[in-house]
Amino acid sequence: MKPFSYAKADSPEAAIREVNTEHTRFIAGGTNLLDLMKLQVETPDKLVDISRLPLDEIEEREDGGLTIGALVPNSDLAADRRIIERYETLSRALLAGASGQLRNKASTGGNLLQRTRCYYFYDTASPCNKREPGTGCSAFGGLNRILAVIGTSEHCIATHPSDMAVAMRALDATIITLKRDGDKRRISIHDFYCLPGDTPHIENVLEPGELITHIELPAPVEGARQFYRKVRDRASYAFALVSIAGVVKVEDGRISHAALAFGGLAHMPWRNPDVEAALVGKAPTRDAFEAAADALLDGARGFGDNDFKIPLARRTLLATLRDVTGE
Amino acid sequence: MHWTINGQRYEAEPDIRTTLLDLAREHLGLTGSKKGCDHGQCGSCTMLVNGRRINSCLSLAVMHQDDEITTIEGLGQPDNLHPMQAAFVSHDGYQCGYCTPGQICSAVGMLDEVKKGFPSWVSDDLSSPSLNDQEIGERMSGNLCRCAAYPNIVDAIAEVAGLSEDQRQTSQKVSG
Repeated sequence: MKPFSYAKADSPEAAIREVNTEHTRFIAGGTNLLDLMKLQVETPDKLVDISRLPLDEIEEREDGGLTIGALVPNSDLAADRRIIERYETLSRALLAGASGQLRNKASTGGNLLQRTRCYYFYDTASPCNKREPGTGCSAFGGLNRILAVIGTSEHCIATHPSDMAVAMRALDATIITLKRDGDKRRISIHDFYCLPGDTPHIENVLEPGELITHIELPAPVEGARQFYRKVRDRASYAFALVSIAGVVKVEDGRISHAALAFGGLAHMPWRNPDVEAALVGKAPTRDAFEAAADALLDGARGFGDNDFKIPLARRTLLATLRDVTGE
Repeated sequence: MHWTINGQRYEAEPDIRTTLLDLAREHLGLTGSKKGCDHGQCGSCTMLVNGRRINSCLSLAVMHQDDEITTIEGLGQPDNLHPMQAAFVSHDGYQCGYCTPGQICSAVGMLDEVKKGFPSWVSDDLSSPSLNDQEIGERMSGNLCRCAAYPNIVDAIAEVAGLSEDQRQTSQKVSG
């Protein structure tokens, strides 16, 4: 680990004031950041400890939604009665991720900012455009079984590893931040993440020193079914090969609402309005499900080891839609 | 810097980069907690911080000065074992023993989570989860055992949790 200086903040305002070096990073749970610092993939020159900021509450919103403090631990969020009752997809997605120990420490804000688990990003002996822009991508022609098939670029085929963020995307979450100039900003999760393009080292729209303080969830869709399905290489404690978070409602024999987000397929938690358009207004039939899968996988491309993800995503989507729209 | 570990106050001035695990092992002589992978993948470093199980290898010591930390040394002693330690002994819940301190700390933290109503991935009803062998396996998945003493580890935990044979075998539909 490279040396760094350390400051502990007691308020969000104090935290952003402490951002005063070239590579200051906030640390909350630290479960991903410290892991990467040990490997010198992350080399901050200063850590600002935000773990004790008063951002650990879940509060009711007037519209029937919830405001989640950025420091609510993943375990507590998954176990919260209001989350279980209104946002089951979020609770299940959280429980699908990591281990009990990690969920106890990992924060809601930090979970959104997890870095990819691409082997070459972790291996400082290999070229990686995300770790060192311009050095090349070792995953092309390399071990890419766990990597992306949608939204990739010639510079990067990494996936976003979070389960939680996939559910947040299906739930239309809004991320609230405090910028270095003291202004608050509201960012829809749909605008938060970036595709790799030719700048795979830029993963989201946060500015340097911008602090996530809260995540807002709008009121849940009444009468809809929520779910999180995850396909992985072992039964527990493994990242998704394919995952689907969703909110689906069937009324009078037709799908009246569908919000579907996908993990394990892209550089960001993936959501495509065409997938949902293929379902809404239709009867829940195999033909409609196939049309949704066609929309999802239009333009999908495998890179050898991960070719299997394309048919796996189709089958997982079909099976999930069949299960949640059936009796 | 200062820490409260197993009810005792410690002072030391380690490098700022020191993890809670290295603090305990290398600076304070508390070598019960083990370093397996040092990356949060194996669970052998598991400690209880304010009663919650965490990976001490992924925790900076400087960030935990105001916490109540419990290591395996604080759960029990050779002549006064914690019930979980006694159960691991009586069920032979180990072979080489290297992962055992982490397994035991994790199991104690896990049973407390069940008491608080924390659900797991395999809980059918998230609002009222109940423990069985399948739940124990899922909830303990952050602790690896290269000797594969898993069946005996589950036996030990089930005994401390007071599960009957019927309760242990209750299987639930895995949601997904």
